[in-house]
Amino acid sequence: MYPASFAYHRATSVSHALELLATYGDDAKVLAGGHSLLPVMKLRFAAPAHLIDLGRVPGMSGITESGGVVTIGAMARHADVASSAVVRAKAPLLAEVAGHIGDPMIRNMGTIGGSLAHADPAADLPAAMLALGASVVLQGKGGSRTVGADQFFVDTFQTALGAGELLVAVQVPVSSAACAYAKHPDPASGYAIAGVAIQLGASGGRVALTGLAPRPMRLAAVEAALAAGAGAAAADRAADGVEFIEDARGSAAYKANLARVFTQRALTAALARK
Amino acid sequence: MIGASVKRKEDGRFLTGRGKYTDDITLPGQLHAAFVRSPYAHAKIRAVDASAARAMPGVRAVFTGADLKAGGVNPIPVGWLHAGINVAEHHAMAVDAARYVGEAVAVVLADSAATARDAAEAVAVDYEELAAVVSAVDALRAGAPQVHGNAAGNVAFTWQLGDAAGTDAAIKGAKTVVRQHLGNQRLIPNAIEPRACLASFDAANDELTLYVTSQNPHVHRLIMGAFVLGIPEQRFRVVAPDVGGGFGSKIFIYPEEVVACWASKQVGAPVKWTATRSEAFLSDSHGRDHETEVEMAFDAAGKIVGLRVHTVANMGAHFTLFAPAVPTYLYGTLLSGQYDIPVIHVSVTAAYTNTVPVDAYRGAGRPEATYVLERTLDIAAGTLGVDPAELRRRNFIAPTKFPYQTAVALQYDSGNYAPALDKALGMVGYAQLRAEQAAARAKGRYIGIGLSSYIEACGLAPSHVVGSLGAQAGLYESGAVRVHPTGKVTVLTGSHSHGQGHETTFAQIVAHELGCALDDVEVVHGDTAKIPFGMGSYGSRSGAVGGSALFMSIQKVKEKGRRIAAHQLEAAVEDVDFKDGTYFVKGAPGKQKGFGEIALAAYLAHNIPGDMEPGLDSTSFFNPSNFVYPFGTHIAVVEVDPATGHVALTKYVAVDDFGNVINPMIVDGQLHGGIAQGVAQALWEGGVYDGNGQLLTGSMMTYALPKAHFLPMVESDRTVTPSPINPLGVKGAGEAGTIASTAATANAVLDALAPFGITHLDMPLTPAKIWAAIQTARGGH
Amino acid sequence: MTQITITVNGKAETRDVEPRTLLVHFLREELRLTGTHVGCDTSQCGACTVHLDGRAVKSCTVLAVQADGGAVTTIEGMARGEVMHPLQAAFKEEHGLQCGFCTPGMIMSAADLLARTPQPTEAEIRGALEGNLCRCTGYQNIVRAVQTAARTMAKA
Repeated sequence: MYPASFAYHRATSVSHALELLATYGDDAKVLAGGHSLLPVMKLRFAAPAHLIDLGRVPGMSGITESGGVVTIGAMARHADVASSAVVRAKAPLLAEVAGHIGDPMIRNMGTIGGSLAHADPAADLPAAMLALGASVVLQGKGGSRTVGADQFFVDTFQTALGAGELLVAVQVPVSSAACAYAKHPDPASGYAIAGVAIQLGASGGRVALTGLAPRPMRLAAVEAALAAGAGAAAADRAADGVEFIEDARGSAAYKANLARVFTQRALTAALARK
Repeated sequence: MIGASVKRKEDGRFLTGRGKYTDDITLPGQLHAAFVRSPYAHAKIRAVDASAARAMPGVRAVFTGADLKAGGVNPIPVGWLHAGINVAEHHAMAVDAARYVGEAVAVVLADSAATARDAAEAVAVDYEELAAVVSAVDALRAGAPQVHGNAAGNVAFTWQLGDAAGTDAAIKGAKTVVRQHLGNQRLIPNAIEPRACLASFDAANDELTLYVTSQNPHVHRLIMGAFVLGIPEQRFRVVAPDVGGGFGSKIFIYPEEVVACWASKQVGAPVKWTATRSEAFLSDSHGRDHETEVEMAFDAAGKIVGLRVHTVANMGAHFTLFAPAVPTYLYGTLLSGQYDIPVIHVSVTAAYTNTVPVDAYRGAGRPEATYVLERTLDIAAGTLGVDPAELRRRNFIAPTKFPYQTAVALQYDSGNYAPALDKALGMVGYAQLRAEQAAARAKGRYIGIGLSSYIEACGLAPSHVVGSLGAQAGLYESGAVRVHPTGKVTVLTGSHSHGQGHETTFAQIVAHELGCALDDVEVVHGDTAKIPFGMGSYGSRSGAVGGSALFMSIQKVKEKGRRIAAHQLEAAVEDVDFKDGTYFVKGAPGKQKGFGEIALAAYLAHNIPGDMEPGLDSTSFFNPSNFVYPFGTHIAVVEVDPATGHVALTKYVAVDDFGNVINPMIVDGQLHGGIAQGVAQALWEGGVYDGNGQLLTGSMMTYALPKAHFLPMVESDRTVTPSPINPLGVKGAGEAGTIASTAATANAVLDALAPFGITHLDMPLTPAKIWAAIQTARGGH
Repeated sequence: MTQITITVNGKAETRDVEPRTLLVHFLREELRLTGTHVGCDTSQCGACTVHLDGRAVKSCTVLAVQADGGAVTTIEGMARGEVMHPLQAAFKEEHGLQCGFCTPGMIMSAADLLARTPQPTEAEIRGALEGNLCRCTGYQNIVRAVQTAARTMAKA
């Protein structure tokens, strides 16, 4: 319950944070809302020597829209994303998914950037990011780069975030198309055992799965079937090409079934909103 | 006043953040303890190197199990012994070997809790890992790793009750025999307040004070003082202040408390320890963990003619205080339930394993017994083609048969079971619900209805009975009434409230009997320096036993007051009556004295009978002549989603008979919470170890406690059959909800799955398990 | 050590703390405000819930240094003198507490809900309390208490 000791650094700007990150390297962890990091530090599964707090960096939590893109600062709280008028109007899937994260207190402190950088394979947000075709803005000392969600989530707790880089913002293309998120939460943790996010497009749509596999992923077979006009029946393809591993949450067959069932539910909901 | 839903007197401090729990208490100069715990389920301890920890700034001491043993600390004893029991020494910290993951191996004392934790990580223990065994069934197999040297084959004890030969004959001669294997999984209590203790040794007076999260502080003092630490009771004070829930888990004498007491004397400073939740999962005694084979035999009319039960009970690595009683006298004796069963035999083999000790958890043996009976009855109803409600009704003990001697030792003093069943069926709209169920099935929706008609033996317990059965203590209770000269009253009770509301209900008894205001009564509990003696709160005993002791003291006080009033009113004692706080002479209006006047007179002693001692107080010990027997029927309604296996509990109806009820609001609250815990066993909770003895469900991230949105509103009602064995006519209400609801919920789920041909699944009935069973069933078609 | 100032229940409190100090330990140990409890170590139980800058947070998952310059309300700050907050009164009226350990967090969480949603449905109440575990009440009377408080606050 007591984290190991660390040196605390309060970043005053993004460039200050990047300097601190360059100085302390692998000995440092970046603190956003703390709701992924502090629990593992309390259990001493992580004991960073340095903590770089982004909480006082100005301008990191804004939510704006321009040029067909909604930009959300990395320090925006889940609760703010869920209730933001801009997000609800221009990227409603993200608002819906943000409202499923954890519980109200967790949503009040946890941040979009912190959650994405942590990349828990059972987190809700990655499914929305993939379904929305969203991107993250990664800032390094030498400049920034924008990485699509498809490239960002590499593996369990692994992302494309490089050493010395900060995730500073999320960019979501504006979409008013129908969408939905269907989730089967773990009764203890509230994390997704299965979560399927769907953003329909002009023809077809993007379908993404979280929880059931080592990393969040697009369901290519479902998307192909949707594009081919399969409608709700596209859900039958949800387990195609996905490797499910048996664990405490169920057998591979059960997980494949959940993928199909929750894809079907999300798809049905999204099609109903069309 | 008795029978009124009076709002609780204790709520004010809890609602404003002024409750005083153990961890809220701070003593000057206190040190903080952190424990080094075994990461292995079974390991020899070759050496402990604490030099690095001792060298850290702020660290004051490190002690090992060997230090404690050398320092004269005795093993923690067991409070209930069976013939032939193999009691292995249970040291507060492992001396030669660690026998479960989480067993304390060493303790660090430091200036702050954070430093203590840092230093605990720096203690290097040289372990030699040994083979471990986690399931009781595996532990009893030939060649299994041996948990203790003195328990061959890991047999902790064997026990049996009932007529083996008669049962065998009944089963052989029966028309139908239903046989089933039933698992009753391990549960982890998880009171929301983690255990904590703060021990302070005062060298000047050679006195020890222990603040501790205890349900029974006098038992703590007796066992720790007399058996473990060798401290005279008169110089040992145990205080259980506000306690944040217990559910059995805070009955036992835990290693950390022993260590804190001993260490405080060693270092000359108060020593405090508060469990983290992770530690609680690994160190609070767990509950249940049975594997049972049941055979229930029926005649052609659907009457039960015999019942045979064999249970393997997992005791974990050590016996804690009550452990041997739980799968035996609190279990086997309940196997007649509400039913007229002519012959029963139950046998139990208890095994040591490399897991956290298993002891009493809410219901303690009685939920396990109820589950065996009620689950088997539902399976039998399917086999016999009889409606589950009808099968129960056919087998109820007839009201004319009370007192009823069961085939498993208990004598039920009272009971009338059909009215509770009928009431519950009426509340749930049973006939219509069955029609809706049939209609829903036709549409591919799977609704299930589950009944549980339970009986409970609580109000623990007649001391002579439990003594003859192996208890090492009596199970009476004390209650003292101290009337002050102003007529205000202090109650000293040996019961302990950790959520039950004694400060209100016990004051209600006094106010009702003495005709005074509720606010004029103060109830004191939880402090051995204030309370004469007590056995504490568990086994739904506070009202029936503690309340009765209090009632006895009130009567003695009233009677003494009556003699003073008679003296002052110049009337014969038998002509003086007492009503609504006033003594009066029968048939002589105006000749009266208020209770306050009499109280003052008793203390002034200017005008009391010449042969009377001044003062107005009384201490009584109530030793019940029998258990009390709450009963009732609960009905759960669920809907199973066949696509995912998810279970939604949609309706829950409870009809209980708790006898007379002192405060209906509080009793309903006990029921609601009990039901949530029992439902949770059926659907969500389960302590799971891997083959190496690592607890896979060691946090609230992985062990699913019920949340608000998992549960519907419970609809409850009561029948009232007062208990004849105590003056209040009350029974116990603390455990009934848990005892009834597990079986009701499991039965509902299996009822929903009946169209698939699924007759039984072991708990918890998780979506993955249900879905897999449906697939298997479909594949088999 | 890092110096921080947090306004707690309206009073500015300045202390030197180790950076690793959790907000809940700052409240309980530095300020001796022991009404905020610790029930778990994985951010599940919600016994530690307080308001930070007007929002309910789990104070076991916030560093005290993160709250520097902020305003915290704890259960001790809910009553106005001897007059209990409508939620506190409703918890008593509806018997929404037994052992009392989860109660402060439960009330702070419910207050956050009612600030956002003054007239919640039963399902909304149950959903909003997802992050607060109670082992005694089965939640039934807690839900009723929140409903009662919502009615009281609507009249006020």
